[in-house]
This record gives sequence, C-alpha cells and structure tokens, in this order.
Amino acid sequence: MSKYNLNNSYKAVVIGGSAGSFQGMVKILSQLPKGFPLPIIMCLHRLKHVRNGFVEALSIKSVVQVMEPHDKESIKKGAVYLAPANYHMSVELGNHFALSTEEMVNNSRPAIDITLGTSAFVYKDKLVGILLSGANRDGALGMKQIHDRGGLTIVQDPAECMIDTMPRAALAVTKIDHVLKVDQIVEFLKELDKQYR
Amino acid sequence: MLDIDIADLKRISELIFQKYNYDFRNYAMSSFKRRVLRIMELKKLTAEALLKKLTDTPTFVNEFLDELTVNVTEMFRDPSFWRIMREEIIPAIMLNHKQFKIWHAGCSSGEEVLSMCIMLKEMGILHDVTIIATDLDVNILEKAKNITYPIKNMELNEKNYIRFQGTSSFKNYYKEENGNAVFDKNLLMNVSFRRHDLVLGDIFNKFDLILCRNVMIYFNQSLQNEVLKKFHESLFKYGYLAIGSKESLIWCDYANRFIVVNNEEKIYKKIKD
Ligand SMILES: C[S@@+](CC[C@H](N)C(=O)[O-])C[C@H]1O[C@@H](n2cnc3c(N)ncnc32)[C@H](O)[C@@H]1O
Repeated sequence: MSKYNLNNSYKAVVIGGSAGSFQGMVKILSQLPKGFPLPIIMCLHRLKHVRNGFVEALSIKSVVQVMEPHDKESIKKGAVYLAPANYHMSVELGNHFALSTEEMVNNSRPAIDITLGTSAFVYKDKLVGILLSGANRDGALGMKQIHDRGGLTIVQDPAECMIDTMPRAALAVTKIDHVLKVDQIVEFLKELDKQYR
Repeated sequence: MLDIDIADLKRISELIFQKYNYDFRNYAMSSFKRRVLRIMELKKLTAEALLKKLTDTPTFVNEFLDELTVNVTEMFRDPSFWRIMREEIIPAIMLNHKQFKIWHAGCSSGEEVLSMCIMLKEMGILHDVTIIATDLDVNILEKAKNITYPIKNMELNEKNYIRFQGTSSFKNYYKEENGNAVFDKNLLMNVSFRRHDLVLGDIFNKFDLILCRNVMIYFNQSLQNEVLKKFHESLFKYGYLAIGSKESLIWCDYANRFIVVNNEEKIYKKIKD
C-alpha cells in the first residue's frame, strides 16, 4: 500500500502557482517519471504581455516538453500544458482546452481559479490538484471546487514557500488532503505513476 | 457559491434562440457558463429567475447580451502581429490592389479598428482602404463609434504601440477630456460600423483582409468550422484571414483552402475557392 492511498483512476493533474513557484515547478518537471501517464495542466501567473520565453524556461530541465495549447486543442495523456500569456485556460467537456480573454480574475489572466475550477467540473473525483507558492488568493476557490467534487488536494508546505499566501488561502477555505514539500510532491507523483504500471 | 447546471444553460440558450434569434447554442460551454453565472451574480438572479426574466422582459435581452459577450480588448494587442501587418501583409495586398477592403469581425469597442487606422495613416494609405467593422453587440458598437476610452487604459495601449514601433508619438492621437482619451474621429473616416451576427448572419461583401481575433475562441469546434466557411466565402482569392494568436484552424473542413502565411501570428491566405 502506498502511503498516499492512491489508485489508478485519476485522469489528470492540475497545478497552480504564482510568485516563488518557478523553482519548485522546474524541479517537479525535471523529476517526473518517464512516461508519466496523466496530462499535467499548469496555470502559473506570468507577465501578461510576454508571450515567449516562459514555456522554454520551464522546458529546459523538464522530462517532457511543455506546451501552451491552442484553443480547442485536445488534452493528451502524458503531455504537460501551460496556460498561455493573457488568456484564461479552461478544460472543456470532451477533453479539450478552451481559451478566453475574459476580464481578469483575482487580478490575473490566466487565473488559477478558472483552470482548477473547470478541471474539477470535467474530471470530478478523477483529479489531483496541486497549489504551490504564491502571493495572492487565486487558486483557493479552485482548490475548494476540486475538493467538493471529490478530487485530491495538495498544497505546497507553507513553511517551504517563498510566499505562503496562496497555499494558506486554500487551507483556509477547504480541506487539503496533503501538505507537502516540493520533494514530497515529486515522490507523490512517482507513487501515482506506479499505480499505472 | 452560485452554480448552474448544463441543462439550465441549454434552456437559456434555447430560449434566447427561439424568442430573440441569437444563437449561443454552439458557444464553448466553459466560458458561456461563466458569463451566465456572472449575470446571475450581477443581477442577483437564480437560474429560474433569469429564465423568467428573459421570457417576460424583452427589453432585458440587450443588457443580457451586453454582459454575455466578452468585450475585453486592447489597442495593438500582440505588437508583433501589427508589425507583420505593416511590413508584410498590407504591402503584399497592395502589390495587386491600390485600394482594398478590410473586415473586422467581432470588433468589440473598436480598439483593434483604431489600431488599424493609426497604422494605415502612418503608412500614408488610410485614404485607400475601406473598413467594415461588425459586432453582435449593439451597445459595444456605440462605444466603438465614439473611440473614447478611460485614460487608465492608455498605459497598456501606449506600451503596445511602442512595441509595435509606431512612427509617431501615441499621445498625438488623442486628447484628454474628463478622464477619457478622446481619439481623433478623422481616423475613422473610411470605417463603417454595423451590427452583424457571425452565426446567423449572411455573407454581405468580399474582402482582401479579414481580422477575427479572439472571437471564435468563444465558439465550439463545429461552429468554428461553420464560421470559417463564411470567412472563406467573404474573401477574394488570395485574400488574408487573421485569427487570435492562440487559435487554430487546422481541424476545420476548409483548412486546406488556406495556407499559413505566418504561424506565430496566425495569418492565413485563401488559395482555393
Ligand atoms: C474578445 S472580443 C475581440 C476583440 C478584438 N478582436 C480583439 O482581439 O481584441 C470578442 C467580440 O466578439 C463579439 N461576438 C461574439 N459572438 C459574436 C457573433 N456571433 N457575431 C459577431 N460578433 C460576436 C463580442 O460581442 C465581442 O465584442
């Protein structure tokens, strides 16, 4: 039995992060087991008007090339996606992305709440949600939606976060299943990977 | 937290279609849902109450549409797109026609049209171009005609203009009045604005260049497919179509009637009738 009590029913992992999450995200992507079976859907706060560079920076050490999906692009197993600059990224029924230029949410576009909330709606209890370091409250509501629909919730340990506002906001509004350091998140993903072998 | 299920969303789009002849039935569900929730929150209505209000109060529908459509836009959005327009696409069109026609489909509050006019003016060809700008939302078209925007938006617009490497000073194009930037109406001399629905509307003219950026992202794939056919028909052979930087047409039936001219900026050229 794995210590996280996992099974192989999960369909996706969704990750939100903001200030102070970049290093952790790079570490997670660089230690991802080869052939990781689920799509990883990331929404990270980023400069609104810089279209290029971020995906490349995340990809350098990543096991899998990170992609910014096009509108209506289908979501593939084992692929790693990043919400593009200046667009909100939603998961749609039918297993594809939808982008939008709606108003900012929590002062952000892309907003983590939108990516997390729509993922929760589509994947229900088959979703793992992870929220990393960050300086605002974006993502807290999204984590609540994941929990309310039966998904698994993880936040980065506030003690380890460069800025702990974001994980703390999530801890305040919903039940978080695991509070983990980045190294433990990596270990968790390895455990998850094993369920599919 | 406010919520609405898919069945109720479908009832709303069905009602709007049957009663008011606006067709949102094939809009992307995730954003349609957020828009409806936003209206419910703004107007303090449950899904039932919203349906009732839409049924009983025909005057409410304009307000509803205004909130439902996403009008967020900016001037010179994606400066690199505008540089390609100025340096490659417009010159290519002018090789064959001295005078030409542009359609801004889904022009929202007009920032994109205004950017086009400023660019054409700086190229010295504003007189030679006929522009038609359309949107579904009549309220937003009124704003577009006024080209008057909150001064706080100008910081971003000016930044974009500088990255576009415009040849003038951005501030020369507007006057500040009561907290607004009022742009020079002469810039719009060859622009006509009209209401047009991309979903239910007919083909109304032929163009050398169509811009429809960040509009079809609100449609599902089958509707994108249908609308692309309309754009195809509305373009002269070898005319250009520009869509948003994160949109794609590759899965549409008519994709093979276009070639990609610039993949980063999503500019296509019609090569087959
Ligand atoms: C996000 S704005 C795009 C503005 C601009 N093109 C840009 O990229 O910044 C989308 C616009 O599409 C319009 N729209 C939505 N559905 C439409 C339809 N069926 N026909 C025409 N316009 C539509 C909306 O009213 C809105 O003003």
